[in-house]
Amino acid sequence: MFGAARKLREAGVLGLNERNADYIARLNPRRLYPLVDDKVLTKKLALEAGMAVPDLYGVIAHQGEVRRFPEIVREQESFVIKPARGSGGDGIIVVTGRSKRKRDTFRMSSGVFVSEGEILHHISNTVSGQYSLSGSRDAALIEYCVHFDPIFADVSYQGVPDIRVIVYRGYPVMAMVRLPTRASDGKANLHQGAVGAGVDMGSGTTLTGVLDDDVVDEHPDTGALIAGLEIPKWDFILESSARGYEVTGLGYLGVDMVIDKNRGPLILEMNARPGLNIQIANGIGLSHRIKRIETSYDATATPAERAAFARLEFGTHARQLELLRKPGIHT
Amino acid sequence: MKHRYVYVLAAMLTVVGLSVFFYKWQVLGFPISENQETPVWTIESSVKFDSGPGSIKVQLHVPTLTPGFRMLNENSVSRGYGFTLNYGSGGREAQWAIRRADGEQTIYYRISVYEDDSVDQSDTTPPFPPMPVINEPLKTAVDVLVSDVREHSADTATFTTELLRRINDPSPDPNVELLMSGADTNADFVGVVTMVLAAARIPARMVRGFPLAGRQRSADLVAWLEVHDGDRWLYFNPTTGEERLPERFLVWWRGNERLVNLEGGSNVEVRFAIQKNYLDSVAIAETQAAQRDASAIDFSLYSLPIQTQAVYSVLLMIPIGALIMVLMRNFVGIDAFGTFMPVLIALAFRETQLLWGVILFTLLVTLGLSIRFLLDRLRLLLVPRLSAVLIVVVILMLFISLTSHRLGMETGLSVALFPMVIIAMTIERMSVVWEERGAADAIRAGAGSIVVAVVAYIFMGMAWLEHLIFTFPELLLVVLAMVILAGRYTGYRLSELKRFRALSTN
Repeated sequence: MFGAARKLREAGVLGLNERNADYIARLNPRRLYPLVDDKVLTKKLALEAGMAVPDLYGVIAHQGEVRRFPEIVREQESFVIKPARGSGGDGIIVVTGRSKRKRDTFRMSSGVFVSEGEILHHISNTVSGQYSLSGSRDAALIEYCVHFDPIFADVSYQGVPDIRVIVYRGYPVMAMVRLPTRASDGKANLHQGAVGAGVDMGSGTTLTGVLDDDVVDEHPDTGALIAGLEIPKWDFILESSARGYEVTGLGYLGVDMVIDKNRGPLILEMNARPGLNIQIANGIGLSHRIKRIETSYDATATPAERAAFARLEFGTHARQLELLRKPGIHT
Repeated sequence: MKHRYVYVLAAMLTVVGLSVFFYKWQVLGFPISENQETPVWTIESSVKFDSGPGSIKVQLHVPTLTPGFRMLNENSVSRGYGFTLNYGSGGREAQWAIRRADGEQTIYYRISVYEDDSVDQSDTTPPFPPMPVINEPLKTAVDVLVSDVREHSADTATFTTELLRRINDPSPDPNVELLMSGADTNADFVGVVTMVLAAARIPARMVRGFPLAGRQRSADLVAWLEVHDGDRWLYFNPTTGEERLPERFLVWWRGNERLVNLEGGSNVEVRFAIQKNYLDSVAIAETQAAQRDASAIDFSLYSLPIQTQAVYSVLLMIPIGALIMVLMRNFVGIDAFGTFMPVLIALAFRETQLLWGVILFTLLVTLGLSIRFLLDRLRLLLVPRLSAVLIVVVILMLFISLTSHRLGMETGLSVALFPMVIIAMTIERMSVVWEERGAADAIRAGAGSIVVAVVAYIFMGMAWLEHLIFTFPELLLVVLAMVILAGRYTGYRLSELKRFRALSTN
């Protein structure tokens, strides 16, 4: 048991306790949480910082406003409804179109049709706080439904795949692509059954994936190879996520982005408590990279410089060196 | 460096908690394990006499210095008599007085003592005794004996042993025979020995008391010999010369004076009865602490009313449950609903017993969950839905109690002890997780809650632990220190060793 712990320690694997005590408690002051816990606020801040976000169609913050829903989406064929304070992708519904005969019947990303009444009930639940972190009152966001870039079409089962970048004190550390599966019901959330694929920080190319803590090479539903996909505009993605530090002030941050067919990478949300599965997806621990950032930390570096640092230090070449240092590996 | 404060704080809490604990345990004698009982002997002396025509005064020697024993309490039962305790030349004396009395009188004096090895003889060093005035022909006999024994001994102890050996010799020399001719009783015998020792300028005195065994209807006083060697008092068996006190020997009084002195009456007779019983050590420690005026006792939970004590004996186990919770969550990494829900469930298990507790809890949550899924179709708002679940839980409890009562299973009645609000919240959380993460996650977290509750129950139900925390609540500071330290644990959780195993092997 202690041997296993030592091996993990040598591999630089970050554990939940260490993440909570040493990083989140130290680098993420409580007062900054509302900036990322409230998606309406995050969106506003990201827009002010000049980052690209999905358009906001409307916000429903009170039960009385729930009936405004048809009016908000009158012009829209597709949209997404999210709780403003939700966590882990809970309570998100993606409407991809409307029934041809009845405009008040909506097609979900899963292909199922639901009535307007059901959606109103969902919004009402959301507003009363069913999906919020603390169970307190919440608001429902209705926003642009991302038409995702075909690059991930073969490795996603419905839903929208997204890119998660961990940013440590402004420096991107590690990234992964989260691919929805049938089991995850179109949601890009690893503990709901989505596949996570590691990303080479240098080139933005995908590595092998992880499903429920196990390494996988193929998507469980489509059977397509996960590795080797090149994420477009990788530079922009890294720089945007690095900018997330300026926007939120959080030293240990998870930035979630999607790639839209027309509008390119968009910031979906940011997370003050990003999960640790990204380590499994990348086959490498976070700790060594974080130490590297600590040693060459430069408070004056711009987001672009920090993104460049990450590409150089954590890219393919550096990654091979990292793997070499891991015990039991011979190339 | 901020971490240092955590360690300093934890260390301080531990030191404070443990030192109060050690003080109460070692000095005040609070028992560390439950139902620890200390044997207590109650010695009752009854003084019986015929009253004379005038006023009556009775003086009785009572124990003063009792090596190996500590006094718990003493009292006197004597109708109409004035009672005082005085210090006389031979130690404490109980004195009863009455203006007039008729017929046969009986006065009782009762003392309770318990063994305590720390009580030692703390008597003053006596002066050298004056040369006793002895008439011829005894004087010559004593002189010869003393000089004889002195030649065959080195110090006080050996002198006494040698003297006793000669006196107890089955075929004594004529001098000894002469000295002992008048000594009929054991006490007279020891009296002669002290006289010879006084002639040799050795401080010696007679002690009288009895070895305490079980129950004795009438105990006989035993005379023993006490000799001072210039440093401390030594005890000798007057008939064998052996230097020791009998086992559990309670010294009643010292000196050659009579046990009882009666004025204004006749036919006095003193009897001793000994009763051994067991007293809860906590009670003894409290009496002792009160005698020492220790303030620790003022904060003891035992000073609370019994009913409140019962409440606290349960409440004080909650920190233990919280500690278990911390260990299970941050060290083992078990998923559970709610932070303290398992602890509260464990509290309910205390009343229902484990097996029934698990069965009833599972039954309640399963039934509640299925009704919650039915409610879901009604599309209720959150708060009304939660309230509906709560009401359903209450109705289910009632239903389970009534059904089990019908079936004659009284354990089912204890379902009412489950914290219903907590259960309603658990059902709600579980149904949300079920819907969003799937049945597997929901059932895993539900099972995790039960596992944590069972472990917490096992620890919270340990009688010795409960006694320990209740008697020494300061140990909660140590628990607090442990929780604070656990808050700085940044190592892996047990479950993470499995979760990240792919990272360590390939």
